[in-house]
Amino acid sequence: MSELLADQPGERRLFLGNEAIVRGALEAGVRLAATYPGTPASEIGDRLYVVSRQTDLYFEYSTNEKVALEVAAGAAASGWRALCSMKHVGLNVAADALMTLGYVGVKAGMVIVSADDPSLFSSQNEQDNRYYAKLAGLPMLEPASPQEAKDMTRAAFELSEELGLPVMLRTTTRINHTRGAVTLGPLPSAPGKAGRFQKDPFNLVMVPAVARKAHARLVEKYDRAREQAEASRFNTITGEGPWGIAASGVAAAYVQDALLELGLKDKVTFLKLGFTHPLPAKLVGEFLARVEKVLVVEELEPFLEEHIKAVAQESGLTLPIHGKGRELFSRLYEYDPALVRGVVARYFGVPDEPGKALAPAGIFGQPLPDRPPNLCPGCPHRAMYYAVKIALQELGVEGIFPTDIGCYTLGLLPPLSMADFLICMGSSITTACGIARATGRKVVAFIGDSTFFHAGLTGLANAVHNNHDVLLIILDNGTTAMTGHQPHPGVTLTPPDYPGRPIDIAGVVKALGVEQSRVVNPFKYKESLAATKEAIAARGVRVLISQAPCHLYVQRIKGKKSKARFQVVDACGDCRHCLDYFGCPAMYVKPDAGVSQMFIDHDLCAGCAFCVQFCECIRPVKGSAR
Amino acid sequence: MSTTENRKQKTENVRIYLTGVGGQGTLLASRLLGEAALAAGFEPLVSETHGMAQRGGIVVSTVVLGDLKSPIISPGEADVLLGFEALETFRALNFCNRRTLVIANTGVIPPYTVAVGQAQYPPVSRLVALMSEAVDSLLAFDAGVLAREAGSPLAVNMVLLGALAATDYLPLSRESLLEVIRTRTNPKFLDANLTAFQKGAEVAENPGGWLGAIP
Ligand SMILES: Cc1ncc(C[n+]2csc(CCOP(=O)(O)OP(=O)(O)O)c2C)c(N)n1
Ligand code: SF4
Repeated sequence: MSELLADQPGERRLFLGNEAIVRGALEAGVRLAATYPGTPASEIGDRLYVVSRQTDLYFEYSTNEKVALEVAAGAAASGWRALCSMKHVGLNVAADALMTLGYVGVKAGMVIVSADDPSLFSSQNEQDNRYYAKLAGLPMLEPASPQEAKDMTRAAFELSEELGLPVMLRTTTRINHTRGAVTLGPLPSAPGKAGRFQKDPFNLVMVPAVARKAHARLVEKYDRAREQAEASRFNTITGEGPWGIAASGVAAAYVQDALLELGLKDKVTFLKLGFTHPLPAKLVGEFLARVEKVLVVEELEPFLEEHIKAVAQESGLTLPIHGKGRELFSRLYEYDPALVRGVVARYFGVPDEPGKALAPAGIFGQPLPDRPPNLCPGCPHRAMYYAVKIALQELGVEGIFPTDIGCYTLGLLPPLSMADFLICMGSSITTACGIARATGRKVVAFIGDSTFFHAGLTGLANAVHNNHDVLLIILDNGTTAMTGHQPHPGVTLTPPDYPGRPIDIAGVVKALGVEQSRVVNPFKYKESLAATKEAIAARGVRVLISQAPCHLYVQRIKGKKSKARFQVVDACGDCRHCLDYFGCPAMYVKPDAGVSQMFIDHDLCAGCAFCVQFCECIRPVKGSAR
Repeated sequence: MSTTENRKQKTENVRIYLTGVGGQGTLLASRLLGEAALAAGFEPLVSETHGMAQRGGIVVSTVVLGDLKSPIISPGEADVLLGFEALETFRALNFCNRRTLVIANTGVIPPYTVAVGQAQYPPVSRLVALMSEAVDSLLAFDAGVLAREAGSPLAVNMVLLGALAATDYLPLSRESLLEVIRTRTNPKFLDANLTAFQKGAEVAENPGGWLGAIP
């Protein structure tokens, strides 16, 4: 049984922030959960999936975040507590629903987890989603630890029901991916009831006449939500003294350590905010009245700072309030304890002794070799990229490569260098249309199978309808690899016991009106090269579906490695072809009498047998199965 | 362990920085440290790397014990660096200061840039010599050899945990770590894991293995 279902109230467990969120939802009796994966939120869905196989919780990997949010909204409108989790940019996809969901409201508690990613560890931007709470008029909680993540998730369901509004739980990577002690609460003992949808079209169908009233309702709820924030146990003032600090999220943890290490614990009045929208104006006013100078500590945008300054203005207070600025905090990237301690010390004029960090590159005397992430050995994406590179070369044309988000985006790096333009999920096929129209050049767009269902379908329909001249290559590896191998509608590799029904990508492409489409196996080089050349040379909308499973996932599911192994048997001379066009991480080069000789690392070789098809010097190792 | 001892230790702030390459088991090691600390009554915080970097990139995790609330470690502020790979250990020196205890596996996993001849892997002997000058106490040895001797090439993390446990730098007993290894690692590899842990501990117990002051 999943550890998250342990029915031992009072016991402490070491949970990841994401696991704590799941536990909080389970303690609150969540009935339905939906997600689209994305770092740093993915483990929320992955744990919920496991739990759903063992309980009566309904969980789904939805096609995208908008779908997930709407599925959850439907359940919450029918009296089921519902959870919807996603990474920060997922909320952009779901934003259309989010903006009007507050008008419609909920009948049972609904919690939306937005996992932000300051420093862009695995993201295309570092937007601050707290502004979404403000934009949509929804209450928001911001945990500072895994324990708070659990407590706040549970409380958010109750708050949501009291206000009849979905509640946002806004986390950052450091909360999602930190393990900490979490005290278990009781799980609900009674089994959940069947949902019931009460018809009420003149409050639930957002046509203008209804929505006008609904907006007024939402604005009223804002005031009630603010009262809840004033009384919330997640907003506290501790310590005393004329210096004030206000903080939320993991930055509040950094402040606590700074106060400890600077010996300021009893000298600073600390406003720790967890219920951050609507901001509790009275509490903030009380805090401001007690201090002479304020530092606001929050990662990314000055969300609290602007609100706090507004409260000061309304209270007629003119004390200095600072947060972002030169010599203070940046709007960029995540903070760390010493950074926060340094700014606190500077702002209040107390000494700080930072640890004297060693400088590895300085000690070494030159930069250290980088270790960028790379496509795995045996990855089908690399094989397809290779075919496209060679096809273009043989045709003597230079391609432009709008790409998309997934493992295959790693094809950006040399020697593959197969990515020229990327904005967000789904932007490959659509930007390709604009680029091709404007330049008249050969444009080859790449999209993963999960991304295709998430945001590629409408773009492809558009390309067909508007007669664009693009080649789209769908890199169908049977899974959502980058975020941890979650299923998606086109899935062929599934976790054990997975109930989802697969949809055939080739059939979808055809049904969207694409007349020139083909499925190729990227590991059959001759065939894939011929098909690619033909597709590049043609005009109009062409689609190639490159179909071969993610090697890493196959290996994980099967639990053993392929036995086939290969070796370079002849002298390479100064060929370098595999280095300059293929770049498999199982291959390495050793200088040998002035020329470079390639070798294949048998521990890393995936046995995909692709390289033997383009290089005559590579042969199977005797005795290896193939 | 007596209760008074326990209480004294709980206020001790210890920051442990673990670094390695995807697949080396750094996350399991940090999790086991966290679990052992939790069982001993601490409020541990363990931060982990997930996502993109795991495809052959650097995987870092941190374990923070004591009164601290921050899950991560700032440059220069690690008390212990547990390095799973020679180059990555060296790269993580900016999280260390002179007094940081460094336990380094001298095993090498060449990064892609080196494999394709764009960059050269620094000689490990040079990395170790430079590290031993930079920090007061360094234990550098080939944990991979010991893991293989113990019967599981993947047990490098257990060897390093054993070495760390033997330093008394941790406010945790060796037994508490062994207990989580017994309950939280794959039973198929338990014997190999326990042997690997023991081998790591023996290396750290031998004063001759240390470069610089013995902690
Ligand atoms: C709106 C949005 N949601 C989620 C993500 C996170 N994410 C990055 S890549 C990816 C999917 C990758 O799957 P696929 O397209 O099949 O490519 P693969 O990784 O399998 O090669 C996801 C979910 C994102 N970047 N943006
Ligand atoms: S995880 Fe799968 S899709 Fe991603 S790089 Fe590895 S083999 Fe390729």
